Amino acid sequence: MGIRFDSVTVAYDGNVVLDSLDLTVEPGEVMALLGPSGSGKTTALRAVAGFARPASGRVYLGGEDVTDLPPYRRGIGMVVQSYALFPHLRVDENVAFGLRARRTPKDEVRRRVTEALELTGMSGYARRHPRELSGGQQQRVAIARALAIRPRVLLLDEPLSALDTRLRSGMLAELARLHRELPEVSMLYVTHDQVEALTLADRIAVMDTARLRACGTPKELYRAPADAFTASFVGGANLVPVTVTAQGASFAGTELELDTAGVVAGARATLCVRPHLVGLGEGPNRLVGTVREIQWRGATHRLYVEVDGHTVMADVRELKDPPGYGDQVTLSFEPEDAVLLPAGVSHG
Amino acid sequence: MLVHSRKARWAVWAVFLVLFLPLFALPLLVVLGASAATHWSGALPSGPTLDHYRAATRGEALQALTTSLVTAVAASLLALTAGTWAALAGAALTKRHRRVLDALFVLPVAVPSVVVGLAVLVAFSQPPLLLNGTRWIVITAHTVLVTAFAHQSVSAALTRLDPAYEQAAASLGARPARVLFRVRLPLLLPSLTAAAGLCFALSMGELSATMMLYPPDWTPLPVLVYAATDRGALFTGSAAAVVLMAATLLVLFAVSRVRTRASYR
Repeated sequence: MGIRFDSVTVAYDGNVVLDSLDLTVEPGEVMALLGPSGSGKTTALRAVAGFARPASGRVYLGGEDVTDLPPYRRGIGMVVQSYALFPHLRVDENVAFGLRARRTPKDEVRRRVTEALELTGMSGYARRHPRELSGGQQQRVAIARALAIRPRVLLLDEPLSALDTRLRSGMLAELARLHRELPEVSMLYVTHDQVEALTLADRIAVMDTARLRACGTPKELYRAPADAFTASFVGGANLVPVTVTAQGASFAGTELELDTAGVVAGARATLCVRPHLVGLGEGPNRLVGTVREIQWRGATHRLYVEVDGHTVMADVRELKDPPGYGDQVTLSFEPEDAVLLPAGVSHG
Repeated sequence: MLVHSRKARWAVWAVFLVLFLPLFALPLLVVLGASAATHWSGALPSGPTLDHYRAATRGEALQALTTSLVTAVAASLLALTAGTWAALAGAALTKRHRRVLDALFVLPVAVPSVVVGLAVLVAFSQPPLLLNGTRWIVITAHTVLVTAFAHQSVSAALTRLDPAYEQAAASLGARPARVLFRVRLPLLLPSLTAAAGLCFALSMGELSATMMLYPPDWTPLPVLVYAATDRGALFTGSAAAVVLMAATLLVLFAVSRVRTRASYR
């Protein structure tokens, strides 16, 4: 069952925290809402859950207008960062909570609780209290509790943010598995972590300052971001101002060979190229600059090179003999690895 | 306070004892000593006896103890219900309205309890609400006096309660009544029992408003203690006071047991 936002605006005390959001999540799709804090992504999720009332616009679940329905009539599953497991109830009672609220027959409750705990690998912990479980286990129980009611959609609000890095990648794989096993459940996944979004989502909606900035598949957003914010937030990017010419673009007195389709010569634009696609040494598009910082990251070296007052990052395979601070180096990248974005956006 | 050197630790203990003993421990010890003595002319009481306790646990005194216990239980249950209800309702109000509600509930403890006693007396001496002369006027006055504490303690706990719990419950399909009885109240249970204990203790010791209101057949124990000391029977009064103290502490202890079993976090 899908979710549709129809120009949903939410305001608290006159502050617009979500500005006319239009977005459709297809049935069975995983949509990530990606953005920094304060971007309105959690508010969008809360509007679906029924905890944030739109000042205008409508929210649809599977074609049904649910804008005026109270949360308990929406049939959604929700998992939050703090887990919010009921501390006074055992694990199985937590999972059964939604079923009992629906007056499900006892046998059915028992069967579905077992099923949900098996699905999340928590069968052995049914009689424990939440406080006796680790963070990762509590999160599994929270997911089991949300899935036990067979929700039409599953809302996940930063579900992995409270877990440490190793647990997080494990849970990410678990969530991907759950999605494969429950292909009919749509998921709306709020996160500020681009890795989670890129890994899990069928499509990503990038949000900033209460607005939707871009929406597309992870590959589209990564390979051809629509603007500088999306480029830097999804995957990290080098963004430098250039002037478009007949054959490509000019930057810092150098002519760069680029695909300029759709851009008028003479226009100002922002060049976007991913750090790992920038190499050290000669190549088709050369940039000469001074090394300002060099970080060893095990398998790679990251170079921060100052080119005409702009910092260009390059991730290169670990160097046997890395350049030192202040050294003059030549960077290069392939024409097809660069994208031209509209100018006039901040080059953060 | 973290004190590292041994000397400093001794000094802290010494200061504590100097302040604590004369102010808190000695008066209680004096009452305890007097309750089991026949004379007190020297530095220490003399002529140990249990006669006063015998007197303080039968007849009129036993009747007064029961009266006190019934009054305190009734008043704290009423206060807890009203206070919790008001706190829950207040949580849904805007900040400004909530401040007005809080102020209204604090009013009975802000004014002298003699004034509350007088107000209750005047208010309930006329039909149709003629409570004067019945036990209900005492229970009513105690309820009015202790509801403030129940309200305050429950609303403080409510502001600390993470809204994520009730939202999780609502998203799982629980209607507001179910959320209240299955999630919010169980999570508030520790503060509810704490509030109940506080109300009970306050009601057990209430004298000034009670003095103006109690009918002859509903004499709480503090009134009896006061009457005994007033007519010079200090030792009998002390024994009754010790019984009052013991009964109160016993109930508080029982309530605190409930609290430790009910605290989940």
